[in-house]
Amino acid sequence: MDWTALRVSLWLGAGTLVILLPLGIWFGRFLAIRTFRGKLLVEALVTVPLVLPPTVLGFYLLVTFGARSPLGQAFQAVAGQALPFSFAGLLFASAIANIPFVVQPIQRGFEAIPANVRDAAACCGLTPWQRFLRIEVPLAWPSILTAAILTFAHTLGEFGVVLMVGGNLPGETRTLSVAIYDRMQAFDDRSAGVMAATLLAIAVATLTATTALSRRVSRQRG
Amino acid sequence: MSALRAWTVGLFAIVASTVAAPAQEAAQRAPRVAAAANLNFALTEIAKQFERSEGARVELVFGASGTLTRQIQDGAPFELFLAADEEFPNQLAAAGLTRDTGVVYAVGELVIFAPKGSPLTVDERLEGLERLLKSGKIGRFAIANPEVAPYGRAAEAVLRKHGLWETIRPNLVLGDSITQAAQFATTGNAVGGLVAYSLVLAPGFGNRGTYAVIPQADHPPLRQRMVLLKTAGPVAARFFAYVRSETAHAILRKHGFAVPQ
Repeated sequence: MDWTALRVSLWLGAGTLVILLPLGIWFGRFLAIRTFRGKLLVEALVTVPLVLPPTVLGFYLLVTFGARSPLGQAFQAVAGQALPFSFAGLLFASAIANIPFVVQPIQRGFEAIPANVRDAAACCGLTPWQRFLRIEVPLAWPSILTAAILTFAHTLGEFGVVLMVGGNLPGETRTLSVAIYDRMQAFDDRSAGVMAATLLAIAVATLTATTALSRRVSRQRG
Repeated sequence: MSALRAWTVGLFAIVASTVAAPAQEAAQRAPRVAAAANLNFALTEIAKQFERSEGARVELVFGASGTLTRQIQDGAPFELFLAADEEFPNQLAAAGLTRDTGVVYAVGELVIFAPKGSPLTVDERLEGLERLLKSGKIGRFAIANPEVAPYGRAAEAVLRKHGLWETIRPNLVLGDSITQAAQFATTGNAVGGLVAYSLVLAPGFGNRGTYAVIPQADHPPLRQRMVLLKTAGPVAARFFAYVRSETAHAILRKHGFAVPQ
């Protein structure tokens, strides 16, 4: 069992959440309550990472931020290291790949809040912030949690982008899913098996959690 | 809502625990060494010896030479690169990414391999393969991708020399690296393959089948070159020298490489 790789994976999952959750809540809510011209296009763009092969994302990130591109050289001059093949680069790629997993459940959550509930809250003299924090977020909270759990789990399972953008650097970009591949290449099926079982257990636990969560909510809502 | 609250607390606990354990041990990180996949076992052993006798550590990352070259060009933080050929290190040298043109540290050998239970019989002239091809019961045959892996190019040369290349092409399954080709060749997905001698001798490989060493003259020499990159520090330079030591040479020979005089 490669504990360093597990830690990198957990870090990546947590970091992706820290970046995406606030953005997702803001943008999901925005999409839920506003209608505007071109909304369909925006929603499609949000969903694109869901159907895009990870190699497409990897390709564009490497071409844009690689050491041979002007943007990549500028980044390297400022940060002292290239964005690809670093944890930061991995985080960046992971945040993009996970946008639909965060935004979509949250959008559904806010959409499920009846408009008259918001109106009633406004009538009671609550400020927009109070309405948001005391009424909307608690009502949408199960969806937000679902989004968080799905994103975390999906990040742990990410492989293509990680290998392409991150390489396979121990302690930096070698996640558990890449470590399995690495061990397979070394004919070390035992370690690969242990790590595969770990990821399988996490995936099952995650999906059980989200299912339980949505059951509970539908029961509460009647 | 108490279960929900428990979930929330759990989620924050995960986030907090990982954020609290910063990944910044980077300060005294061991230099990263990019190495061709066929070195997986030999170099791991050399690095262990190096650590024991010199008290310094290097971090090994294995992959296809072409992939690693591409990563170095794109800014991957390696200090030393041990390739499975000469072309890729030369390419990096021409791009001004290396200290100098480096040295040849090993010469690889190719074997034809058949897993247990395969209808393929192996021999250095590939006669068994030719018979199997003619009988039409060939199935899949694994080699490394000639586009990115030097052992793939050597395999292509051998197949061409025996006039089998055109006929066998539809049956080829290409590994991204020689290790992946070996993976294909051993897991029963293929009747066999042309793989690196070093991999067949590898401990994890065990006795998964039979093999025959292909004569060196049948393919362009698999000279493997290593180069120090511009970013190389003192430890990487010491490891570079160590790979050329008698101890390292003995390990390389044991793993199916010839070493330059």
